[in-house]
Amino acid sequence: MSAVIETAGLVKRYGRTTAVDGIDLVVERGEVFGLLGPNGSGKTTTILLLLGLTEPTAGTVRVLGLDPLRQPLAVKRRVGYLPDEVGFYERLTARENLSYSARLAGLASSDARRRIDEVLARVRLTEVADRRVSTFSHGMRQRLGIADLLLKRAELAILDEPTAGLDPQSTQELLELIQALARDGITIVLSSHLLGMVQTICSRVALFSRGRIGLCGRVDQLTADVLGGRYVIEAEAEGADLASLLGDLPDAATVLERPGRWRVEAKGDLRPEIARRVIGAGGTLQSIGLRQASLDEVYARYFETEAGHAKAA
Amino acid sequence: MRRRREGSPFTGLAAVALKEAADHMTSARIHLVMLLVLLTALGAVYATIGEIKQTFSEDQFLFLRVFTMAQDPLPSFVGFLGFLLPLVAIALGFDAINGEYNRRTLSRVLSQPIYRDALLTGKYLGGLIVIAICLVTLWLLVTGLGILLLGLPPSAEEIVRGLAFLLASFVYAGVWLAVALLFSIVFRAPATSALAALTVWLLFAIFWSMLAPLIAGAIVTVDPLNPTTAVAHAEWQTAISRISPNMLYGEMTLALLSPETRTLGLVFASQLHQALLGAPLPVSESLSLIWPQLAGMVAALVVLFTIAYVTFQRQEIRA
Repeated sequence: MSAVIETAGLVKRYGRTTAVDGIDLVVERGEVFGLLGPNGSGKTTTILLLLGLTEPTAGTVRVLGLDPLRQPLAVKRRVGYLPDEVGFYERLTARENLSYSARLAGLASSDARRRIDEVLARVRLTEVADRRVSTFSHGMRQRLGIADLLLKRAELAILDEPTAGLDPQSTQELLELIQALARDGITIVLSSHLLGMVQTICSRVALFSRGRIGLCGRVDQLTADVLGGRYVIEAEAEGADLASLLGDLPDAATVLERPGRWRVEAKGDLRPEIARRVIGAGGTLQSIGLRQASLDEVYARYFETEAGHAKAA
Repeated sequence: MRRRREGSPFTGLAAVALKEAADHMTSARIHLVMLLVLLTALGAVYATIGEIKQTFSEDQFLFLRVFTMAQDPLPSFVGFLGFLLPLVAIALGFDAINGEYNRRTLSRVLSQPIYRDALLTGKYLGGLIVIAICLVTLWLLVTGLGILLLGLPPSAEEIVRGLAFLLASFVYAGVWLAVALLFSIVFRAPATSALAALTVWLLFAIFWSMLAPLIAGAIVTVDPLNPTTAVAHAEWQTAISRISPNMLYGEMTLALLSPETRTLGLVFASQLHQALLGAPLPVSESLSLIWPQLAGMVAALVVLFTIAYVTFQRQEIRA
């Protein structure tokens, strides 16, 4: 595995505000890497720095082993970018828009025509290829944006908020498309503020907060680290009071969420133990399950504690 | 450390320029403006030709009168062009860059393997291509109309003067295109940049000739007993009015299309000693007469484009 993106001490200031404050990031080839964080936490600025579309105040960037500031054309030839709320020339058709991109990328026209048909089929826009983009829905525009970056056979695709504002079905379609690209060996970096959505497709994520990367790693690993490897078990039972039944277990906190429903937080998977005790006490167990920790929880928990530290310091 | 960037800044230039030109040629906005120019210009020329046919006179440069003669209440063809060419250029350029911002296409286009230089220069060139096509068409139409209605072919000298006039008009429109392009970079809203460009246009087309004497009067007070103050006043007034590209264009068309024009400034009686008044100048002399104006206009164009260029290079592309 080789690094596709490497940044060291990346800083970007706009006047007095610091948008990106010392980012060290390594993305390996073939990864689906998520940049997560709320709006204004420096994700888009980081992306622009990676593409050489804005100059860093300090620090270094290497993309595919190249310097985007000094070899911008070489970088942009191999990196595809889908901006936040991508725009197209409304009066032109989908095919014409792509053909303009192909000419900008310097593709020969016969080659370009073949590739355009190819990528339009890939994102399933062949039927509307000759319709003006002004008639396109948001989801179709996003797919056209993907076609635009496939056109130059990008090795690295950078997607800024690809699913923002999409309906659930279009989101699902787009995520499947992104996963298909990843299977084809394209390294993908995507940013989002919807943590739960990204969790399902990213191999690794970086959590951004106020221009810094707070956490970086695999989703399950982050969950374990931040939530301290705790298990959250939800149980519904009748005729038994779990709080008193489980009172003697060490490291288990039982909370009554609503009548007949409890939440147990523990260090291990206590499901068999809980079931045994409920049955043993003559109650009926209606359901019991382990709740998957979501990135949202990780995020909230991590930055809560960080804010706490900051306040204490 | 060497901070040289690799790759040519001209990569993609032709693609951008041709796409811009094609966009303009098919846009309703440009069609409307061109229709306005075409109708007014042809109307003016038609009226002028009627006038020329009625007043029989011997004139070596009868054909050039088609361009310059005004037939009340219509102004002359060059008068119309001086007034309307800026409008065409503004229509072509006022939303060049901020339009891309608002359509959110800028970051996508700039993520293609081209430099920003290519985008800006390409947009400017695209506008120039359209202006050139329109001017040549208009010029051929007017010349053709003249030949048809007057039954008189233009002489070689008239053609040379006509071509020089075409070049002057092209540079003049180029200056206004650069103004529009600059405003499209400075202002984020296309409506604001259009209004700003139209304001500058109105200032120079209408108000500048009224303001110039006032400013000159504020700089030099004319003393009735001292004639040199009157000369200084007149010279200041000329200098100030020449800030306006419209004024420079007017002077150029005057010298080019009215060959008897011998000077574009103050003339003293002593300088007219032994001059043959009304005798035309040869083409080369007329050209050297307008040389400073043409050079000044090209300089204005280059300065405006450079300011636009630097502003655009330093701009952050995120909206």
